[in-house]
Amino acid sequence: MIPKADPSQETLVLNMGPQHPATHGVLRIVLKLDGEYVLQAIPVIGYGHRMHEKMAEVRTYPGFYANVGRMDYAGALSFGHGHVLAVERLAGIEVPPRAEYIRVITTELNRIASHLLWFGACLLDLGAFTPILYSFDDREYCLDLLEHVTGARITFSYFRIGGVSRDLDDHFIEGTKEFIKRLRGRFDTYDKLVTGNIIFRKRNEDVGVISRDMALKYGATGPVIRGSGVPYDVRRAEPYSLYPEFDFEIPTRPEGDSMARYLVRMAEMEQSLRIVEQALARLPEGPVMAKVPKKLKVGPGDTVQAVEAARGQLDYYLVGDGTDKPYRLKIRPPSYSNLSLLQELAEGVLLSDLVAIGGSLDLVIPEIDR
Amino acid sequence: MINYFKEIFAGLWTLLVGLKLTARYAVAPTVTCHYPYQTLPITPNFRGHTDLVIDPETASDKCIVCMMCENTCPSQCIEVIGEKPEGSKKKVLTAYRLDFTKCSLCGNCVEVCPTSALEYSGDYQLAGYSRHEFHFELLERLRGRVKAQGIVPRPKPAPPEGGAEAEAKPRKVRPKAEEAPAASLEPKGEEAPKAEAKPGE
Repeated sequence: MIPKADPSQETLVLNMGPQHPATHGVLRIVLKLDGEYVLQAIPVIGYGHRMHEKMAEVRTYPGFYANVGRMDYAGALSFGHGHVLAVERLAGIEVPPRAEYIRVITTELNRIASHLLWFGACLLDLGAFTPILYSFDDREYCLDLLEHVTGARITFSYFRIGGVSRDLDDHFIEGTKEFIKRLRGRFDTYDKLVTGNIIFRKRNEDVGVISRDMALKYGATGPVIRGSGVPYDVRRAEPYSLYPEFDFEIPTRPEGDSMARYLVRMAEMEQSLRIVEQALARLPEGPVMAKVPKKLKVGPGDTVQAVEAARGQLDYYLVGDGTDKPYRLKIRPPSYSNLSLLQELAEGVLLSDLVAIGGSLDLVIPEIDR
Repeated sequence: MINYFKEIFAGLWTLLVGLKLTARYAVAPTVTCHYPYQTLPITPNFRGHTDLVIDPETASDKCIVCMMCENTCPSQCIEVIGEKPEGSKKKVLTAYRLDFTKCSLCGNCVEVCPTSALEYSGDYQLAGYSRHEFHFELLERLRGRVKAQGIVPRPKPAPPEGGAEAEAKPRKVRPKAEEAPAASLEPKGEEAPKAEAKPGE
């Protein structure tokens, strides 16, 4: 429960958010402080709730698709990927191979853009302003490419049930190759500027340590669980799309602190570049849309589709009843379980460390609130 | 004690590495775009709000008032109004209202349009003081564009030979022929995937 101020004790109840820049969205954290030390931190969510799951029940399958990108504004394509895969599986639609490759390329680029946004925002939380300018420079490059092919910068609405809405062109392919080369060179800059920086290391090492057991107990996924030494990645654990075909590693770190999560995400960007490179080299010719009935009726039946979003495992549980609208669509986003760790991590840490922990968890609140 | 000083110097060194990098970028050419004075070129594929396509033959819209876009729109932000002029079999568009405050920019309306009468405008400088400024009347916008650009109707020249006419005619008939469940139409069925793939291009 939310703590009340007690005048007999020298504690202070402080609201962090819902408009605090370090809460990355409309998240409110009620803090009970003893001086600079956090005694208790309770996340309060629900300020940005937009009933997306209910909206799925009153909209047709292609009509709802535009909503899924709104849940995670940083990595919208992964959310779209999960949705279309779930519907395609239940409706029995075969996707042309070129469309599958395009999906993988754009999703991985989006993952890189999402991690670059996290890189900048996480360091901005810690008070470092320069890195966000560098990472946004690269992210702009990435978003320009995605804008060229999808038509939008953030809410892409690019995938369609049965394929993708637009084919890739030479401008995109050449630009992506250039981007891969450019970003590989930039990792060195990031390392020099941030990874080795003494202030950054002091603020992140041994801060917010999540043990392996704790990560498993809370159901953490994505870079959070990989930073605790568990090599769990949906792309390998429950392969979907074309991921079994590609050669990439699942970076893990045994330490479990904020620094480990930072290093895992930086390594993940390199792996995503590898996947994009391989996919571009193997990109087949052909159509990008399968034949889909104009009024798509799905079911009856249910299915679960898990994908690896930028922040972790994303599940879609879809129940179709044979009509053009789903009976139920349950979305299990990754940030929710990652946020639940915060309460246990926050006990006894400094207030400034809490900001570092929050930054390293890479929370996107709209996907929690849906 | 030695470790204490070691740490100080190691820390100082990492700070200097970072400062050196920043100093290099301080003299590098700027990447910032000073927005109102400079603008970046936007991609021709940009998905802005929808706009009606100008038909060069009639210098008007291509809409046949089939209501496909209105029915497909998940946000119900499109209102198509058409009427049948006396003596005509076809409906004529009289108003196309787009409530852009509700639009989720999914692009379904453009993809579903059978006559390709809709396109994405490259309009991104959208700011206004009230919601009413985002209720677009697309037919009026189209007439304004036709007037501003001085577009005059350019009817297709009549085909000089019968051969060309014969080539043009089956194209119009084809959709009907596909609907008919005739076994003899199999070779034409091969072309169907092409037509399906078109909206995806």
